[in-house]
Amino acid sequence: MLLLIQYTLIFSSVLILVALGGCFSEHSGVINLGLEGIMVMGGLGGALAMRYLPPDLPALAMILVVLLCAIGLGALYSSLLAIACINFKADQTIVGTALNILGTAAATVIVKAINTATNPNDVSSTIQYIRPKKSFIVNIGSFEFNWFMLIALIAVVIAYIVLYKTRFGLRLMACGEHPQAADSVGINVYKMRWYGVLISGVFGGLGGICYLLAGVSEWKFENGVAGFGFLALAVMIFGQWKPIRIAVSALLFGAFRALSNVYFGFEFLQSLNIPSTVYNMMPYIISLVVLAFTSRHSMAPKAEGIPYDKSQR
Amino acid sequence: MKKNFFRREGVQSLLASLICILLGLFIGYIVLLIINPKGAFTAIMTVVKNFFTYSKPSAQAKYLGNTLVKSAPLLMCALSIMFAYKVGLFNIGASGQYCAGTCACLYAALKWHWSWLGCLALAILAGAAFGAVVGLLKSYCNVNEVISGIMLNWIILYGTNMLLTQVKEPTSPYTYPVRAEAPQALLPTLGLGTIFNNNIYVTIAIPLAIIMAIAIMIILDKTRFGYELKATGFNRSAAKYCGMAEKRNIILTLAISGALAGMGASLLYQTGFVQWECTTSSVPAMGFNGIAATFLGGLNPIGTIFSSYFIQHITAGGAYVDKTMYCSQISDLISALIIYLCGFVLFLKFAMNRILDRWEEKKRLAQASAEKGGNV
Repeated sequence: MLLLIQYTLIFSSVLILVALGGCFSEHSGVINLGLEGIMVMGGLGGALAMRYLPPDLPALAMILVVLLCAIGLGALYSSLLAIACINFKADQTIVGTALNILGTAAATVIVKAINTATNPNDVSSTIQYIRPKKSFIVNIGSFEFNWFMLIALIAVVIAYIVLYKTRFGLRLMACGEHPQAADSVGINVYKMRWYGVLISGVFGGLGGICYLLAGVSEWKFENGVAGFGFLALAVMIFGQWKPIRIAVSALLFGAFRALSNVYFGFEFLQSLNIPSTVYNMMPYIISLVVLAFTSRHSMAPKAEGIPYDKSQR
Repeated sequence: MKKNFFRREGVQSLLASLICILLGLFIGYIVLLIINPKGAFTAIMTVVKNFFTYSKPSAQAKYLGNTLVKSAPLLMCALSIMFAYKVGLFNIGASGQYCAGTCACLYAALKWHWSWLGCLALAILAGAAFGAVVGLLKSYCNVNEVISGIMLNWIILYGTNMLLTQVKEPTSPYTYPVRAEAPQALLPTLGLGTIFNNNIYVTIAIPLAIIMAIAIMIILDKTRFGYELKATGFNRSAAKYCGMAEKRNIILTLAISGALAGMGASLLYQTGFVQWECTTSSVPAMGFNGIAATFLGGLNPIGTIFSSYFIQHITAGGAYVDKTMYCSQISDLISALIIYLCGFVLFLKFAMNRILDRWEEKKRLAQASAEKGGNV
């Protein structure tokens, strides 16, 4: 049971972080379908940092450097989306999808190049981080506390305050609801959308490294992040673009994802004799069902997905 | 005044696509340079050359055949995405529908020993069914088709692995080879293989895919049905106001789109060229490469034929790069870059038109001043 809670919390943390990223981007008016790619890139940044840092570094320094690398690469990668969709008015769906494919492909190429350079016989796309991973984990009894759980909690609070209690957040949301009106009162819509996308890159990168550190201690980059970026988008829609509701719905989704890791620990689930594949499918099935019921009255930002054109009314 | 050659829609699309390809290859080259500057140029040329690396014409013909065999399903996936995109829907679920088609045709062939036509039909049906699910969710529940498509992709992938485990070889993760276990399910070859140095994998799949491309073009451009679908894509409310069944149109579009993707799977797996790996942990790349082919082809069915071949050509070419220095995923990287660059096509066309505007303006001014000079 404790294991279930632990996995639920860690997977929820991933979903919360990434969904908050999507939330900021969409409130500024840009649909960020590239979250999956951003997660991969953020994960790559963090994993590379863990690979090259001396493993006997103090835990705090290790955590900070890894986080900074993940955030940096995530934000940098998201700027590819920003420049195409905001400045060049490209189709946000195409560019987002391209970023997803590009993320996995680029990460694979980079990791393979690094692996082959150190050892010509090693053509895998795997990075190991068994020792550095320990910096992120504090054992409380048999419960493995991961610092990311705290980070996700703080992120929710910060996101709530920034979006609803600061001038910046309200302006950001104005750009997603009615950019022309925002522009008419002197808000620079392009700049605000850039901020929105970059913030989503920061959160996406954080979520990516969090996902890599969630269960395993090595990562094969060919696999990407298995649709987690899209699960996060589903969480965001279920959370109706509001940080607190996102956090609650992330817990629900996280629980189902966690079940696929730990279902064999429950006797009554084992006795049902359901193949493990069904548990793997669960988060996706649940999100489809949930989306079917919640999308009708969606409170999506009104102007999301539409490139801002100054000359339009 | 005669219309400028470069103002034509088709010419501009072609130019934009060529720019995307060149830029994509160039950035790929830079990436190779960063990884290892020594063999970068050879490697990028290998990717572009693909089977031309073989010096013998017979070998070239054989590997051209192999590339074509894999281009046919890619073309079907590209058509699937293009068809939906013309109606304003982004069917990212094509990979999943392709996967469902794979599951259906292999299961029917290996477990029930159906004939090739039955397997093909079942694959089409499977793809169409999952496409229709996306359509239903979109039209009745307002679920974004991209997100539901991705969710279904993963559900289908796990389901496929589960079902096809029943027909896999006991000692390997692969399904039984169709050629040995279920020869009745192989697509007829009609002797097409002889053109490609007796390549046994060349079947009617290739002409069939091209025929489908032409059929799609006719449906979209020349029929009332296609017109209605496109009208729904432009403006759902307006289509409804005009008395079109907009919900039905969306469901139908995605069902047809899914059917095309499902058929693509059958066109590959029923040649016996590849086997399904039951431990596959990511959704088949075919659907995603299809996105690249669609946009590279300028959203035109005929253009898509060529772009599908090109994408498959470089994907296959990636397998020939020097493995001690680079990895074959470099071609995935290039096609991903090309999709990204395709986002800029609108801007490219805008820029082209502006250059033309300036050029014509200058010409007109020069002409005007010349006439003026004549009058004095």
